[in-house]
Amino acid sequence: MFELLGISPQALTSQLLIGLINGSFYALLSLGLAVIFGLLNVINFTHGALYMLGAMVAWIILTQLGGWIGMPELEISYWWALFIAPLVVGLFSIVIEKTMLKRLYHLDHLYGLLLTFGLALVIEGLFRHWFGVLGNSYPVPDLLRGGMRVNEFFIPWYRLWVVGMALAACFATWFFIERTNLGSLLRAGTENPRLLQALGVNVPLIITLTYGAGCALAAFAGVLAAPIYQVTAIMGSDLIIVVFAVVVIGGMGSIAGSILTGLGLGVVEGLTKVFYPQASSVSIFVIMIIVLLIKPAGLFGKVR
Amino acid sequence: MNTTSTPTKVASTDVSIKPNVVNTAAITKVTLVIFALLALLPFQDAVYDLFMMKVFCFAIFAASVNLLLGFSGLLSFGHAAFFGTSAYVTAHAMKEWGVTPEIGLLVGVVASTALGYVFGALAIRRQGIYFAMITLALAQVVYFIATQVPFTNGEDGIQGVPRGKFLGLFDLSNSSHMYWFALGVFILAFLLIQRVVQSPFGQVLKSIRENEPRAISLGYDVDRYKLMAFTISAGLAGLGGGLKSLVLQLASLTDVFWHTSGEAVLMTILGGIGTLWGPVLGAAIIINLQNYLANLGGWSTIATGAIFVLCVLAFRRGIVGEISHRLNIRL
Repeated sequence: MFELLGISPQALTSQLLIGLINGSFYALLSLGLAVIFGLLNVINFTHGALYMLGAMVAWIILTQLGGWIGMPELEISYWWALFIAPLVVGLFSIVIEKTMLKRLYHLDHLYGLLLTFGLALVIEGLFRHWFGVLGNSYPVPDLLRGGMRVNEFFIPWYRLWVVGMALAACFATWFFIERTNLGSLLRAGTENPRLLQALGVNVPLIITLTYGAGCALAAFAGVLAAPIYQVTAIMGSDLIIVVFAVVVIGGMGSIAGSILTGLGLGVVEGLTKVFYPQASSVSIFVIMIIVLLIKPAGLFGKVR
Repeated sequence: MNTTSTPTKVASTDVSIKPNVVNTAAITKVTLVIFALLALLPFQDAVYDLFMMKVFCFAIFAASVNLLLGFSGLLSFGHAAFFGTSAYVTAHAMKEWGVTPEIGLLVGVVASTALGYVFGALAIRRQGIYFAMITLALAQVVYFIATQVPFTNGEDGIQGVPRGKFLGLFDLSNSSHMYWFALGVFILAFLLIQRVVQSPFGQVLKSIRENEPRAISLGYDVDRYKLMAFTISAGLAGLGGGLKSLVLQLASLTDVFWHTSGEAVLMTILGGIGTLWGPVLGAAIIINLQNYLANLGGWSTIATGAIFVLCVLAFRRGIVGEISHRLNIRL
């Protein structure tokens, strides 16, 4: 019964898993974009570059850093990278917010997009200059090597781990925003920042931290992606456009909506790869067109 | 924000609105002087003809982005789709069908205008920041298609595009003939944009930019105006793209890549959003910069990004915008 339409079950499951993994990255990135947009009204074009930066930091501290500081045997492992890379990228983003983005809040939202577009070009250009465009492979950590065999399917542990970690991060973000006190401040800031400030809350601080956290999520996705894809300077530049389409489809009104849309679209893209490979790279964009025609505000969006 | 519009006069569509007479005189003088200077250029040895022709192409392209961003308040991040589509179609028509250059350009412009109509109809369903993201995503579809279909020749692009004979008479492989042709196309495009901007239609576009709800309440079919502006702009971007494949005799994937869309936006901002000459000056500067940095690998991208950041942070009026603000004239 698996031989339906001449598709082998192996191809189907493996593409489904790849779809889920891509979907996890879409979910993590679009979640960060949505949280940032909610509070800052900025579409963060640097998100793709920061995803790349996350993977790059992980690769650098594993393979390069030791040589740079004269201790060639120093290799900071994947497990540390999971914390260090988001932290570095988060701090870097906070500097960007404090020094540049902050000056644009009183202007049209489009300027935020343009600024972050320019920054993305600079970041990617610099890394391309330093490390070239050839991919650097990042080894799968020892603990997650191998996989399990279910009947004739082979499922690598690392891929399961990625999906699990991404879901956990998404859930944690959702829980933080919807169920904690600090999260309620964030939601209040999204609704009405002036009123919140009048109540004595330090809104600029919340904005800065939110931007840092949203960007750290992108870096986290980058570290997760490092052992699966090649680590290159341009790994985020096409991804960000797909994520924009995901955001247009889902609408940025709802946290859970972003997560569901991201995962769902990843799976759809994986399935397209099985049934009609030529169209897989445009499948998400085609869905975007259909959604725009049927429900212009997006699946979870509010009409504005 | 809602200052400069003149609601009482804009109320009826058939009222012709006379722009400030002094301003129009200033821009006409400046325009004539610049056109004259450009016409004299090929007789100088100091300026490289091919460089100037490339500037004309990208000036038209940037001006098309500016028509949307500066005069209608719509940021398109996907104009490379129109630029590149037309570049490919013109190159294909010239090379495979052997048509004359004016027909080649026309075919390219028709293709990009049609594509612009479709993209515009989709993109105007959302506003502001979403509009930018949708245009970017749609342009990416065009990029993917360009990598797949056979007639674009994938990574190689369409090379060695013949320039043909203009009207069957003037051989454009002659560099100075090509220069005149490119200059002519540029002047036509410039005058067309000036006409659009100063027409009642252009005034309505500005009113939509300044205050969309008010424009709606005055009875304008805002979506129709936006769609028309988008379609015209796409056609103009196509004109730039088609001319580019004649000038450089090449249509490649770079033309449809999103970096190219970003470059057009940058040229507009650097020169001055909402000014007629801004995109032209912006194009000249950026093309010049790319020429100098071409041998330095990734530095061209880094410089482009850095100028973007600087302009947005500290120089939002742009060069021409700053001049026209200081002198209080419209350029």
